[in-house]
Amino acid sequence: MGSKASTLAENQGESLTVDQALANLNQTADSSLRYYAAWWLGRFRVSTPVVIEALIGALGDEVDRAPDGGYPLRRNAARALGKLGDRQAVPPLIQCLTCPDYYVREAAAQALEQLGDPRAIQPLRSLLAGGVAAAVPVPGKPHLVQPYNAVLEALGSLGAREAVAEIQPFLDHEIAQVQNAAARALYQLTGDAAYGQQLVERLQAPNLQLRRSAMMDLGAIGYLPAAQPIAATLAENSLKLIALQGILETHLHRTGFPQGGLSSEARQVLALMDELL
Amino acid sequence: MLGTGIVNLAELIEAVETADSKAAMVMAVRHLAAAQHPEAIPTLIAVLGYNNPGAAVAAVDGLVTLGRPAVPALLDQLDGYNYGARAWAIRALALIGDPLALPVLLETAAGDFALSVRRAAVRGLGNLNWEWLAADQVLPAQSQALQVLRQSTQDPEWVVRYAAVVGLETLALARLKSTNRATVEAIAHHLQAMLTAEETPAVQARAWLAFEVLRQL
Repeated sequence: MGSKASTLAENQGESLTVDQALANLNQTADSSLRYYAAWWLGRFRVSTPVVIEALIGALGDEVDRAPDGGYPLRRNAARALGKLGDRQAVPPLIQCLTCPDYYVREAAAQALEQLGDPRAIQPLRSLLAGGVAAAVPVPGKPHLVQPYNAVLEALGSLGAREAVAEIQPFLDHEIAQVQNAAARALYQLTGDAAYGQQLVERLQAPNLQLRRSAMMDLGAIGYLPAAQPIAATLAENSLKLIALQGILETHLHRTGFPQGGLSSEARQVLALMDELL
Repeated sequence: MLGTGIVNLAELIEAVETADSKAAMVMAVRHLAAAQHPEAIPTLIAVLGYNNPGAAVAAVDGLVTLGRPAVPALLDQLDGYNYGARAWAIRALALIGDPLALPVLLETAAGDFALSVRRAAVRGLGNLNWEWLAADQVLPAQSQALQVLRQSTQDPEWVVRYAAVVGLETLALARLKSTNRATVEAIAHHLQAMLTAEETPAVQARAWLAFEVLRQL
């Protein structure tokens, strides 16, 4: 790990040590050094207590401000904490869900999904308040009032069955990506194949971005009937392979591989992957 | 339809050279590729450098269908390609499977920084048509391929390790044609070791399948 991390860091053109990264994060004179250090610590999975403490401190930073009033350092600190797996970060990340900066809220929702702590369910649900009627664009911004995709996906991953009735109306949101996020969550929460099929149909969408995001959703939920349609859709083999890996590994886990051997379904997915190399 | 049934190659090439949109380019390249004419090779190779993935996929398909006649031109121009074009050319070479590309595939599999290019090169190492080599060159060439494929089962990227397993399986099947079983057994042992050492379940499953195939021989 150590040598791989240092090689990768050099490839990024910025070589750091853990101590340097920590020192950079804790100073306030140079915002860009802090921003990069927060990213670096997450990227290279440095999860020592002193790093976690510093990143949690950065979630409340007031120094690094974007021209639009955003908090760039908070965003990167939240993303890093999601990767580091320390649940001490859950309460402060929950506080970030009410930050005025949309991108901090989005990064916090994604981090809370990664940390897998059910304490996040209720605060995440509160971002759905007002339902689809309230889920409108912010004038002059390229996003909606809340990070709905991240919230819906997090509720699905966290197993928030109590939120099913609130999520369902988002299947009819006017933005296709939001519909996908709702279908993905509902499949995870109910196991109903109709939601998986809805994502499979997206693989025929004329828009490449939509096909890509549907593939990644299907890989993330491990929807086995999507394997063949993913192999056949028009998109890059690299992304198809990642989606099929997700489907295969969900199936392997369910079938008790390796003790249970390889099922015929697993063999079919492997054959599809071989063709995409 | 042309009454004579003769495809006008010059027109097909001109259509590629004058396409005025990305979509028109893709269609023109598909038509040119479908002609399966060796004189289309320089144009198909040029398309690899146009930064149009749909057209590049169609050009790779066309070059792969043409097969061995496309290999010398692909290899000749490899050093002059920009990075994207080189990646597509490697993919075409890997799919054609001409051992003339062995040095390029070995170098790419072992050292390219883009994982999708390493993946294609590694897959290509298992996909070579060894009977296209002079008989006395087969064993040394296979040994080189084997060495790099084994290294590639330690690549940091799971998909490269996956491709290396597939490559090892096909190389072992090719080795069965020789009387010496030692290489096949060495590959089987290597795959068996991966069953426990490999961390990514998808790669572990592929090694399991390859080991099963070799064990049943």
